[in-house]
Amino acid sequence: MHKRKGKWLMENKWFTISVYSENNVGLLNRISGIFLKRHINIESLNVSKSEIDDVSKFTIVVNTTEKWVHNIVGQIEKQIEVIKAFYHTDDETIYQESALFKIASGLLFDERQIQNIIKDNNAQIVTVSRDFFVIAKSGRRSEVDEMYDQLKPYGIMQFVRSGRISVTKDVMQISAILKEF
Amino acid sequence: MKGVGWRLMETLKEKKTSTDSKKAIQISGAEALIHCLLAEGVETMYGYPGGAIMPVYDELYKFQDKLTHILTRHEQGATHAAQGYARVSGRVGVAIATSGPGATNLVTGLADAQIDSTPMVCITGQVTRELLGTDAFQETDIIGISTPVTKWNYQITEASEIPEVMAKAFYIAKSGRPGPVLIDITKNAQIEKFEFSYKKCTGVRSYKPVPKPEISAIQAAADLINNAKKPFIVWGQGIILGKAEKELKQLVEKAGIPAAWTIMGASALDTDHRLNVGMVGMHGNYGPNLLTNECDVLLAIGMRFDDRVTGRLKDYAKQAKVIHFEIDPSEINKNVFADVAVLGNSKETLGLLLPLIKDSKHEAWHNIFKEKYQIEFDTIIKNDIHPTKPGLTMGEVIEEINLASNNKAVIVTDVGQHQMIACRYAKFSQSKSNITSGGLGTMGFALPAAIGAKMGAMDREVVAIIGDGGFQMTIQELGVIFQHKIPVKIVVLNNDHLGMVRQWQELFFEKRYASTVMVNPDFVKIAEGYSIEAKRISERKDLKATIQEMMASKNPYFLEVKVEQEGNVFPMIPSGASVSEIRLQ
Ligand SMILES: Cc1ncc(C[n+]2csc(CCOP(=O)(O)OP(=O)(O)O)c2C)c(N)n1
Repeated sequence: MHKRKGKWLMENKWFTISVYSENNVGLLNRISGIFLKRHINIESLNVSKSEIDDVSKFTIVVNTTEKWVHNIVGQIEKQIEVIKAFYHTDDETIYQESALFKIASGLLFDERQIQNIIKDNNAQIVTVSRDFFVIAKSGRRSEVDEMYDQLKPYGIMQFVRSGRISVTKDVMQISAILKEF
Repeated sequence: MKGVGWRLMETLKEKKTSTDSKKAIQISGAEALIHCLLAEGVETMYGYPGGAIMPVYDELYKFQDKLTHILTRHEQGATHAAQGYARVSGRVGVAIATSGPGATNLVTGLADAQIDSTPMVCITGQVTRELLGTDAFQETDIIGISTPVTKWNYQITEASEIPEVMAKAFYIAKSGRPGPVLIDITKNAQIEKFEFSYKKCTGVRSYKPVPKPEISAIQAAADLINNAKKPFIVWGQGIILGKAEKELKQLVEKAGIPAAWTIMGASALDTDHRLNVGMVGMHGNYGPNLLTNECDVLLAIGMRFDDRVTGRLKDYAKQAKVIHFEIDPSEINKNVFADVAVLGNSKETLGLLLPLIKDSKHEAWHNIFKEKYQIEFDTIIKNDIHPTKPGLTMGEVIEEINLASNNKAVIVTDVGQHQMIACRYAKFSQSKSNITSGGLGTMGFALPAAIGAKMGAMDREVVAIIGDGGFQMTIQELGVIFQHKIPVKIVVLNNDHLGMVRQWQELFFEKRYASTVMVNPDFVKIAEGYSIEAKRISERKDLKATIQEMMASKNPYFLEVKVEQEGNVFPMIPSGASVSEIRLQ
């Protein structure tokens, strides 16, 4: 569990922090405060239910050193309502983001290329109305960015991207922790 | 415990006979809160009333024969008094305040208790639920404000939540690594009636207060210790909080290891114990600081490698194998890498370690500590406690208190030079005898904390050592001492400066004394205004007799000692320097 002397890499990396917790109003504030106190920026944050009833899951992405992510996860796990917190590098997780693009409807008919972009990127049209249509795309950040770059020249009316969601390759054993109680 | 349960039953029974016996007993949230406090064994609390907490005060009035409420003169004083009470007694300290400014005045005490792991429950009133979020009169988001400085906090908005939340509050405050908890109670929840019943909290499923010790880690620690040539122990408050004083002593003696303490660990082992080699840290002793970088095994127990202890981290104990005994997993590898980490309560883990430890002596190594002590004695200590030049020193005052109290007093210190001097020279023969603001360094801590300490240990002498600066930060608490005749001894070491800051200005800012010269009032007159017996001395010839007179007094006593104006505290590890670079002058 604990690293030995000098083993931490000092360069910045992407880490995904997963937090399993009780559902609690104040907890988000507590968790974000831990980042604030250390002047570390949260790159993305997602809160959802988890695989266990009544247990929430926070997925937080940061770009920092392992020393700091270790420190932060320790502080997070210390919070009373937190059941368990982990950190993982990108190659230890399966992760996705989703994005929505709002595009003027006219373009769908005038610009053949747009349909190809949708097809090539494995994206979906969620809705079409008289004035606009909406494309949904999920995948890695780089894939979403790529599609963004392709659509940009045609004009994007609105764009939004979600926080990262991720599952780990290894087993989390949250139920076992809860059973211990 | 029996007494408390009985009391609760009695009061509820009285209620029952006066109402229809078949109908469930309905009581107000405010009254329920009092029953919760009684059930948790609370006898004393500190606070200040105001609009949003008035229903609770009304119940405090009714229950005044069972629960003592001390009106401090400022809510910050209430928190520090609760801290002093908790630190000396090992029980949970309780402070209470109204909403808005009452609540915000608690913040310093909360932060202090958080960083020094002090069990405390603070209760604040809040505007009625319907008014939350409307910027109502004296509404403040104390939950948001106190989040970073509490172990846990919670806002109660209906009366029926009170028993369960209060039980949880006390459980969280005192279990595992203790800390402050704040419970904010909206006014409607204090007034609403509900059917009260109380069950103590025995666990929270997402919270593991004490990690289970791993036997393999304890074995690994024992192997390192048994094979060490130059082992060194540094213990912290974890020994006191874990009630592991006896185990520490056994370990030190059995393994023959020189042991030093952080400021928060002071008094866990007798000062005069032959293997007690003194204090580590910025103004700690020469030997233990210097030799941290020469030991081969550093055994850190219940301490957290604060920067005031480690100096420059990258040059801290690099040669040593580090064993870290700690209850809080987040402390492991936070500042210093542990070669072996032993998680758990110190009493339990040291208890498991002891049978694995071989009897040993490290006399040659211990002698190096003694040599270093001699150097420190000749260059610093001698002049501090047996000065020959004119001008009283802080050190000789502390030495006289040791003599007059037979090393038995509880020493409560404020923050600054006098704090460092008191911690360096006060002698302890009993645990929980050094009450100071270690982690936050809160000026104004000592006077109210001494009040709490005295109330938490009425059979002990409590001496507050305070600077002329810090004294004026909470001077109004003399009112509490006056009103309740709390027999604390207050010693103000007056150097007419904010001494510690002035020392830094002298050493690092070419003596530019920006805002550190104090223009002080007549402290004796102020104390006398509160009908407290008061004296001022400025000459060596008066010192011994006056201290003896003070210690012999059964009443509150105020003593101002005019000490040299530009005395400095040495040794010193300048900030950012390594422990090896400790300066003797
Ligand atoms: C509330 C607070 N404000 C400021 C400081 C910074 N500070 C640390 S020591 C010190 C000087 C204390 O002076 P005094 O109380 O006279 O004690 P002395 O150092 O002279 O013994 C100051 C201002 C502090 N620790 N706490």
